[in-house]
Amino acid sequence: MSETETIKFSAETEALMQNIIGRYPEGRHKSALLPLLHIAQADSNGWLSVPVMNRVAEILNIKPIEVYEVASFYSMFHLEPVGNCLIEVCRTSSCWLRGANDIVAHIEKRLGIKDGETSADGKFTLRTVECLGSCGTAPMLQIGEQYHENLTMEKVDQLLEENRNTTKHSTYLDHTTFRTV
Amino acid sequence: MQRKLLLEHIDVPGIQSYDVYRSKGGYASVEKALKTMTPDAVVEEVKKSGLRGRGGAGFPTGMKWSFLAKPEGVPRYLVCNADESEPGTFKDRYLMQHIPHLLIEGMITSSFALGAKTSYIYVRGEFFYIIRILEKAIAEAYKNGWLGKNIQGSGFDHDIYVHPGAGAYICGEETALLESLEGKRGNPRIKPPFPAVKGLYDCPTVVNNVETISAVVPIVNNGGEAYAAIGIGKSTGNKLISASGHIKKPGVYEIEMGLTVEEFIYSDALCGGILNDKKLKAVVAGGSSVPILPAELILKTASGEPRLMSYESLADGGFATGTMLGSGGFIVMDESASIVHNLYTFTRFYHHESCGQCSPCREGTSWMEKILHKILEGHGTISDIDLLWDIQRKIEGNTICPLGDAAAWPVASAIRHFRPEFEAYVNNPKQQLEVSYYDHCRNLASAEV
Ligand SMILES: Cc1cc2nc3c(=O)[nH]c(=O)nc-3n(C[C@H](O)[C@H](O)[C@H](O)COP(=O)(O)O)c2cc1C
Ligand code: SF4
Ligand code: FES
Repeated sequence: MSETETIKFSAETEALMQNIIGRYPEGRHKSALLPLLHIAQADSNGWLSVPVMNRVAEILNIKPIEVYEVASFYSMFHLEPVGNCLIEVCRTSSCWLRGANDIVAHIEKRLGIKDGETSADGKFTLRTVECLGSCGTAPMLQIGEQYHENLTMEKVDQLLEENRNTTKHSTYLDHTTFRTV
Repeated sequence: MQRKLLLEHIDVPGIQSYDVYRSKGGYASVEKALKTMTPDAVVEEVKKSGLRGRGGAGFPTGMKWSFLAKPEGVPRYLVCNADESEPGTFKDRYLMQHIPHLLIEGMITSSFALGAKTSYIYVRGEFFYIIRILEKAIAEAYKNGWLGKNIQGSGFDHDIYVHPGAGAYICGEETALLESLEGKRGNPRIKPPFPAVKGLYDCPTVVNNVETISAVVPIVNNGGEAYAAIGIGKSTGNKLISASGHIKKPGVYEIEMGLTVEEFIYSDALCGGILNDKKLKAVVAGGSSVPILPAELILKTASGEPRLMSYESLADGGFATGTMLGSGGFIVMDESASIVHNLYTFTRFYHHESCGQCSPCREGTSWMEKILHKILEGHGTISDIDLLWDIQRKIEGNTICPLGDAAAWPVASAIRHFRPEFEAYVNNPKQQLEVSYYDHCRNLASAEV
């Protein structure tokens, strides 16, 4: 895909982006890159395509490569499509000590996919991730903005059931997350 | 129990909201500082308090503040480090979630002391639900005249903005954080120059942890001397400890420094003892980066003194027999835990999180992860253990930022204190795999919950 192909976000989204840019001093608008990518991703089915990133570059008046190199550095930006429900299970020490491996194995079995894969119907993506800062309530996982803690197999089953028919993407944030001025 | 300074009102219903927070004496430190003190006087109180950075390094906060350069006409910034990604650490999240105004209050008082008109709170991206809470608290603070222009008629202007990260442990390192805040990849900068001279947008900047900034509130309210009277020696005040792993009551505890480790682990009011009354095997006392210690050495120093929860006592004996307080991420392992597998999760973490700028860190963490995986799978050799030792030694001290050291220390300490366990994986792979790797996680997950 080319560096020139771009899209437009909704008027509301573009306005929110301008509002966020205003948080940073004159001439330092590039600072808004991470929040803008988050907003862009939430508005684009949970992933960042090249045209979406190009639009962010346009808005910030920076080169597309400056956006790509940042987007590929951070683990929360997805450069390929993900399922409607992105399940991110912590696999680090404290969670591992409290049974995270079993939680992952259980989800893999239920969904018939492995860590890193998306189910055939495109509904679920499973990822293992590093410590989410919730070690005292291990094992835990994140779906969109929501933390699910002190997991049991029953809780996991319930979560899978609840999310089986969602048509909306599980996003990390929405338009009401940030304070606007 | 001693008096709580940060979590005193944590159980008050509605303390998340401005009205309840204010009714419990909230924002008094801002009033006191703005109306009765000069900025330098606030810095002086923080110096007197002996407060040390709560993000991990333990650098004296007052001293850091006094290093801040103050060239004419150049803005200064306060940046709060709320990246909290060190495995085992979840205290900042707890504070921000349950008593968000404490951090906002600390930010305003600290910014007044530093002469910062704008400050940023850099929150790890996974914490968007915390960002929501902070944004609401900030909006309330504006509405009630604690932020914005001419705060409480003092002539001091201040704005606070929350900035989300996007999933990168390295952005907790202060110069990587500043790069990230400028919209770049989180590659640590070479120091010097230090942020105090050249930080955000090349301007003088103080970066402090959430808990550090929050502690400024009781320090200004009660005076630095009162704070310094709490704790033990140079470990003044209270510390939040994030306790996790094989204990009966995981959670965040505010303790007075100087408490014995034994009391912390076994007291009913604190961790409540080891899960299922098993035996304690090992503790990682200060987040994944600090050396792991076996039960004997975490409870008592090599000279037989009770080990205390303080910077000095935990470090007693150096790396041969001691560890560090670090971020206060206290991970407890019972007799059934596999030290080798736990180490594997740490090493995989550091490999995943290395920014890749320095080859010892980038390549070394990758090799250590691969070798540990091989050992866990039952294909290791004795020379692999020596190779691990060799690699960690070559990383330590040879990198731009301390992530390299942080990746090396857990490996070094695990081999130092638990070498026979590594050897058992090599010599008797089948048994090890059954007992401590697969079954262990399986048993836990099915039995407990
Ligand atoms: C790899 C790495 C990760 C770090 N992560 C954090 C973090 O998540 N939170 C934090 O407050 N400090 C973290 N630090 C320490 C910061 O670099 C810095 O020392 C700290 O924010 C200073 O604040 P303090 O003096 O109040 O502790 C990290 C350091 C390194 C090397
Ligand atoms: S030590 Fe590792 S994380 Fe730090 S700058 Fe070097 S490569 Fe990056
Ligand atoms: S280890 Fe899983 S949240 Fe920290």
